[in-house]
Amino acid sequence: MRWGVLQFPGSCDERDALQACRRTGSEARLIWHEERDLDGIDAVVVPGGFSYGDYLRAGAIARFSPAMEAVSGFAAEGGPVLGICNGFQVLCEAGLLPGALLLNESMRFTCRQLDLIAAGGERLSIPAKHGEGRYFAPDEALDALEANGQVAYRYAPGQNPNGSARDIAGVRNEAGNVVGLMPHPEHAVDPLTGSTDGLRVFEAVAAAGTAA
Amino acid sequence: MTVEVAKHRELGLTDSELELIVEKLGREPNDVELAMFSLLWSEHCAYKHSRKLLRRLPTEGERVVMGPGENAGAVDIGGGHAIAFKVESHNHPSAVEPFQGAATGVGGILRDVFAIGARPIAILDSLRFGELDSLRSRHLLDGAVRGIGHYGNSIGVPNVGGEIYFEAAYEHNCLVNAMCLGIAKQADMVRAAAAGVGNVVVLMGASTGRDGIGGASVLASAELGEGDDAKRPTVQIGDPFEESKVLECCLELLEKGLLVSLQDLGAAGLTSSAGEMASAGGVGIDLDVARVPLREADMEPFEIMVSESQERMLAVVEPDKVAAVIALCEKWQTGSAEIGVVTDSGQIRILRDGELVGEMPVEALVDGCPLYDLDPAEPQGWIYGNRATLATDASSEETLLALLASPSIASKRWAFEQYDSVVGSRTVRRPESADAAVLQIPEAGNAIAVSIDGNGRRVACDPYAGTVEAVLECAQNLACVGAEPLGLTNCLNFGNPEKPAPAWQLDQAVSGLAQACEQLGVPVVGGNVSLYNEGPEGPIYPTPVVGMVGELPDPGKACGSAFLGEGDVIALLGPFEPSFAGSELAKLRGELDTGLPRPDIAAVSAACATVRDAVREGKLSSAHDISDGGLACALAESAIAGGLGCQVDLQPLRERGCSPEEALFGEGPGGFLLSGDREALDALGATQIGVVSGGTIEIAAGDRSFTVGVGTAEGARLSLGSQAEYDGT
Repeated sequence: MRWGVLQFPGSCDERDALQACRRTGSEARLIWHEERDLDGIDAVVVPGGFSYGDYLRAGAIARFSPAMEAVSGFAAEGGPVLGICNGFQVLCEAGLLPGALLLNESMRFTCRQLDLIAAGGERLSIPAKHGEGRYFAPDEALDALEANGQVAYRYAPGQNPNGSARDIAGVRNEAGNVVGLMPHPEHAVDPLTGSTDGLRVFEAVAAAGTAA
Repeated sequence: MTVEVAKHRELGLTDSELELIVEKLGREPNDVELAMFSLLWSEHCAYKHSRKLLRRLPTEGERVVMGPGENAGAVDIGGGHAIAFKVESHNHPSAVEPFQGAATGVGGILRDVFAIGARPIAILDSLRFGELDSLRSRHLLDGAVRGIGHYGNSIGVPNVGGEIYFEAAYEHNCLVNAMCLGIAKQADMVRAAAAGVGNVVVLMGASTGRDGIGGASVLASAELGEGDDAKRPTVQIGDPFEESKVLECCLELLEKGLLVSLQDLGAAGLTSSAGEMASAGGVGIDLDVARVPLREADMEPFEIMVSESQERMLAVVEPDKVAAVIALCEKWQTGSAEIGVVTDSGQIRILRDGELVGEMPVEALVDGCPLYDLDPAEPQGWIYGNRATLATDASSEETLLALLASPSIASKRWAFEQYDSVVGSRTVRRPESADAAVLQIPEAGNAIAVSIDGNGRRVACDPYAGTVEAVLECAQNLACVGAEPLGLTNCLNFGNPEKPAPAWQLDQAVSGLAQACEQLGVPVVGGNVSLYNEGPEGPIYPTPVVGMVGELPDPGKACGSAFLGEGDVIALLGPFEPSFAGSELAKLRGELDTGLPRPDIAAVSAACATVRDAVREGKLSSAHDISDGGLACALAESAIAGGLGCQVDLQPLRERGCSPEEALFGEGPGGFLLSGDREALDALGATQIGVVSGGTIEIAAGDRSFTVGVGTAEGARLSLGSQAEYDGT
């Protein structure tokens, strides 16, 4: 298994994501934003950070990068893609995932260790850190997401840090091979730094790709 | 000469300084030269009122890799790696425009660290504001916290700790001190000395605009007062995205060995960075301002030379490597321009399209500023005023809750949750989970701990003892996580040194800093001085901020401050002799006065060693230093953090001669609050005072005995957010 982790100017968490992929027992390498060649890559991480500064709207510029064009093609062919935080925003901007991420209800950046409930009911302790993480979609779309089983992660009751609709922390596409979430599983892969629950997120994405 | 007199004074130079410049040049300086001299001869750049005092500080140590004078200090961490660190102030810009002032404060300290080839791995900040019932203070706090978060979060460097105090003395002149740590391979580190006649001077990063013109002289080296809004153009605007690109670019350039030397552009912009590089290398530099990429086409040479536009770096490059340097800058989508050349002239020569517009000997410009002796005089009595907000007959429970809710003592969660504390995968102990932040260093197979401290109120009570205490508090914080100090950086925030009282405070504080560092064996590897911190009501509390970095072998063993186990024994260790002098309670009661007990540095040092060893051996459940608000607050903090109550009897402290109230709320250095196994604590010689148990904090202290629920105490401790975001006036 070989992961590719995108690197945009302004990415912050790409090295952490690289290490996290390796901790799952896989190989991993960075993919520069100008690269189009994903040959030999089995799964892609679009990492967190502030791609191109995010001065416009989070992820709005990164979606046009050559690497993202390649990722769109990769995803269309069923390749597994994990978007984390800014990566989730990029995937939504690119139309690979439904919905949008708005400014936190508090209007402040918030960094906090919190519990996520995975679709299967598993509880995961993972940090979240973002200023634009309030998941939004129209009610009909949210109903459809829930009906299709596309809600991948919710914040545990009472722990929604940003006012996300229906406590949604992460979603997947209809095919199930593209997953995005605001919290940072790559920062929950080492007992010394607080938790190893994030590994489950990487493993789930890798498994989704294998199934596809 | 009459016209010139007005101009040099406007730029912050005295008449005698101008005369000296004329003498050194052998002629009158032109506008370009005068502007450059005024900046490099400002207090901010020349340390002309503090340099003589700073010679007292010990700077040598076997682990010191780089000491004062470089962009940042650095200590050996093993495995061929070094930890670089420095703290710097951005007070006046933040008082004028808190968001950008604080943001660019972070940006500046990051550049200092990566300028020596270290990748930034942590930020801490030390902030001071007026009381939160002031709208201005809430505005400054909110702006500064947002600004620090904006810059640090965007660039992906975790903010792992810090401190915030609220005192009326900072109402007009808030303090924003930012500290950065970085990790470097020692082999890749670079000094800021220009070298190699004929080498090319390359300006990298952002283009140069009119922002920050005169920041170091007009803003940083003068008191604040009426009309400060007009100084907003002297505050720079930060662009963390640009910095992120420049950072990655510089680290890649250094890793590939493409640079001879590197220097960031901070205060006084090109003038200072080119001047200091030339001075350090004993060479000259020719710069052509026409080659500097500009944001506005019609900038004058003097404006280009003094602009403090952010996110710029100056590098010296061998001619055959220039193309590779420029290609790498293009890869990172950041600017680069060949703007000059290293010469053997010993002169800084400023050209515009080849035409000479300024020429000054490097020695005169960089090292020629006269150094002044201070004229210190101890002020008579307490000069800062008092304001009572808590009745002296308040019950113990009310007093504890008032202390816990006092914004200086309350949890700073509201602030630190606005900062990314986890990026980088190093943060083993996050803010407020332990007394010091702990970062793992897999490169060296160990970990570092870092703490930043400085209680200005106590320094105001006694500048010598208060400064010693700041160093001791850092050492105690490090001991609590099992770390041994390696080095120290400091930021000396004081009032106008030309006035006798601030001069005396500065003199005393530097002596205290020197004494404490000497006795603890901790070298000072760098620092920063910020003077003229005064508002219309007078000087700020004298505020030396100390940042200390230590090493620990096993980050998994670092103790937290939280009580962990029902039934654990609670004990005191160290030469703790609490008194009301300078305490938070004395402040709340409006009873502040001069004088602090003289700290016993050797005894505190010995206690630190005992605690450090015990933590490293895994003998303790928790370790917490007794600081603001005294033992009762320390107990409450450990109880709240662990969600566990305690039953404690303070009789042992009363046997040391404390009144019940002093035992509860008195402050002083040297005290550790430990919990763990009874035998282990006995073996350390710690004094047992109670046990971890239940859901209430029960403290027996004679006629001041009381009980309070852990939840109630936690409510008080978490009140900072509601005070900070109060939207009334």
